[in-house]
Amino acid sequence: MGGPEELIRGAVSYFDARLGGVPVLRKTLHYVFPDHWSFMLGEIALYCFVVLVGTGIYLTLFFDASYAHEVYRGSYAPLRGTEVTKAFGSTMQISYETKAGLLIRQAHHWAANLFLVAIVLHLLRIFFTGAFRRPRDVNAAVGVTMLALALLEGYAGYSLPDDLLSGMGLAIGYSVLLSVPVIGAWLGALVWGGAFPGGDEFVSRLYIAHVLLLPIAIALLVTIHLAIIVRQKHTQFPGRGKTERNVVGTRLWPAYALRSTSLLLAVVAVVFLLGGLVQINPIWLWGPYHTYAATNGAQPDWYLGWLIGGLRLMPPLEIHVFGYTLVPNPFFGGMLFPLVVFTLLYAWPAIERRITGDDARHELLDRPRDVAWRTALVAAFFTWVAVIFVAGSADQISVHFQIPYGQQVWFFRIAALAAPVLVYLVTRRVCAELRSRNSRPPRGAVVRRTPAGGFERIER
Amino acid sequence: MRALGRWLVAALLLLIGRRRARPARPERPRYEAGGRDELLVLTLLAAVPAACVAFVVVYFTDASTQWLGLALGGAFALAAAAAGIAGKRLVSQKRHVEPRPELEHPEEQEEVLRELHEPGEGLTRRRLLLTAAGGAVAALLGALAIPALSLGPGAGGRLTRSPWRRGRRLVDEQGRPIAAATIEVGNFLTAFPEGADKEDFASPLVVVRIRPDELRLPAHRSNWAPDGILAFSKICTHAGCAVALFRYPLYRPRSPKPALVCPCHYSTFDVARGGHRIFGPADRALPQLPLAIDGEGNLVAAGDFSGRVGPSWWGVRKS
Repeated sequence: MGGPEELIRGAVSYFDARLGGVPVLRKTLHYVFPDHWSFMLGEIALYCFVVLVGTGIYLTLFFDASYAHEVYRGSYAPLRGTEVTKAFGSTMQISYETKAGLLIRQAHHWAANLFLVAIVLHLLRIFFTGAFRRPRDVNAAVGVTMLALALLEGYAGYSLPDDLLSGMGLAIGYSVLLSVPVIGAWLGALVWGGAFPGGDEFVSRLYIAHVLLLPIAIALLVTIHLAIIVRQKHTQFPGRGKTERNVVGTRLWPAYALRSTSLLLAVVAVVFLLGGLVQINPIWLWGPYHTYAATNGAQPDWYLGWLIGGLRLMPPLEIHVFGYTLVPNPFFGGMLFPLVVFTLLYAWPAIERRITGDDARHELLDRPRDVAWRTALVAAFFTWVAVIFVAGSADQISVHFQIPYGQQVWFFRIAALAAPVLVYLVTRRVCAELRSRNSRPPRGAVVRRTPAGGFERIER
Repeated sequence: MRALGRWLVAALLLLIGRRRARPARPERPRYEAGGRDELLVLTLLAAVPAACVAFVVVYFTDASTQWLGLALGGAFALAAAAAGIAGKRLVSQKRHVEPRPELEHPEEQEEVLRELHEPGEGLTRRRLLLTAAGGAVAALLGALAIPALSLGPGAGGRLTRSPWRRGRRLVDEQGRPIAAATIEVGNFLTAFPEGADKEDFASPLVVVRIRPDELRLPAHRSNWAPDGILAFSKICTHAGCAVALFRYPLYRPRSPKPALVCPCHYSTFDVARGGHRIFGPADRALPQLPLAIDGEGNLVAAGDFSGRVGPSWWGVRKS
């Protein structure tokens, strides 16, 4: 028996003899990653997903997805003796009685929030640098689908504990589903197995969607996403020695493997530190849900804020015919608005192709300032969503800053239309400024002494 | 405390000043075998098991979430630092250039297309066969999708059913009848139909009392609010949240009129005018339940709601 070298040698020859895998292994170790911090955002999302699966499996061992009633007898005194559902009761059990249960539960919740932060930032990176152009338009569509699934997955997850906020969220989701033209009532009954709030059949559907269907769908798309990246290789920013036909960067082995492992460990560290030190979703403060209960100042997880904003900003418009409602109001803010947003996200690569007529293969990224019109359009689009997102917290703003809610609604309605135009103009201007500053000729070059004793000139 | 703050500011300024004064550091070669970085990584790696042991100790002693998170998160943070420094400083940072694969194969595309079309070339009714096959696949998929309909009972029925009848008593959350005399002007409470499922959208009511002279009910509802006591469905007609806020004027000349407010999207309903919407995204009025006072002085329903309860759907009557 030798040291680790011997072990690795044994493993390599074992698998090469049986699978002939050494050429693949070698190619993998040689895989080149271009260096740029913004390429880490997708990786952070991937690692959040890993943490979510891990912590989620742990939680399934304790959570009871049932609306059956029980009397709460746990150690949280203010709720003792209250009738709660098993879903709520078991989440309380995880939080108060299970050792390290609250740590894992909160880590799971934090990881979900970070997952969506990372996805959205990654999406911004892709849109601002034109990384969605051919041949990556197909992978952009995969990514946007994952964003949609991640939103659904997060919503399903925080709807499970049957606390007041999750119930209010479900009531709104039910109303939005009900508002779909023609088939709304039927859809609502189909998903809930009857009328709201539904019984065990509904919560078991929600549960299986959250712990099996959606995670498998996301995992499948992650695999496709990564396989496409490996096939096409990473994009890179233009620079010395970088062309449309090569990749310049660090090899997977050893530097990149270590850095990426470091990122994985850092994500896990941040999630556990947040899970241990920063409280999230204290359901014992919200209490169990009843259809007849609601609280003021309720805020969903951050990534659903834009939908709340859409519902709140929508003027009281409904479509009526002869005294019958055809399209109820929640349809516009809760269904049409996200449909428009996602349609634009899916369609943007094709729209841009139509505008520019550029269908060439692009491996070099655009610097945002160099394609000012796109940068400005993307910035305007995200401003539009962001203003509506902030409007979702208008009630909190009115409490903390004493600005009347009604005035804010009007302000945000106007801002949702005006701010994108303003941002478009400002962004174009800023891009032009940055470009002009950049076009000055570089002053001199760096001369460096090589280890061999000669001199080399480094162009800047 | 203030002195401490001043010292801190002074120390900070000193530090910043020192850093500015220091001449630019000569660039250290990034790849350096042996030396300080190795020692640093080694120290970090050695600290990882220590943090893990701390986690285990906390788990078996007081198991407080904060210490657990700090120990476990700390262990991962140390490991992350070790891997990061190793990745940046201990191993080669050599830049490599890899050629990109050509993605398209124009000649092979043609060949494949030919091979795909070949088998059908001798057939006379190719179009028809293909159409029929497409139809068969669609029919099979359609048939397979049908069992999904078992997920829900058909619409109708439950959405429009209401437990409220003339003479049904209003009870509170504990199931006790509600005496009209106990409700004062400006009061607000939740009530349910006696013996019915409280969670059903059609069940919960908000009962409020305003001064009878404030009432502006439509003529046909003039006797729906005995002594100024009004009852409305508690489920918002916008998005199904509970209309859980009652705004009652504290100082009449300045305060807005009495209204029920939904805390989800702030739809606001005028109590005196029979649940008419005055603000927010809801479009339909809050359904009102006619009330009466029975022989024992308790509140009872005098009929069913004035409209459909809860969020709207395609084809629901507007009022």
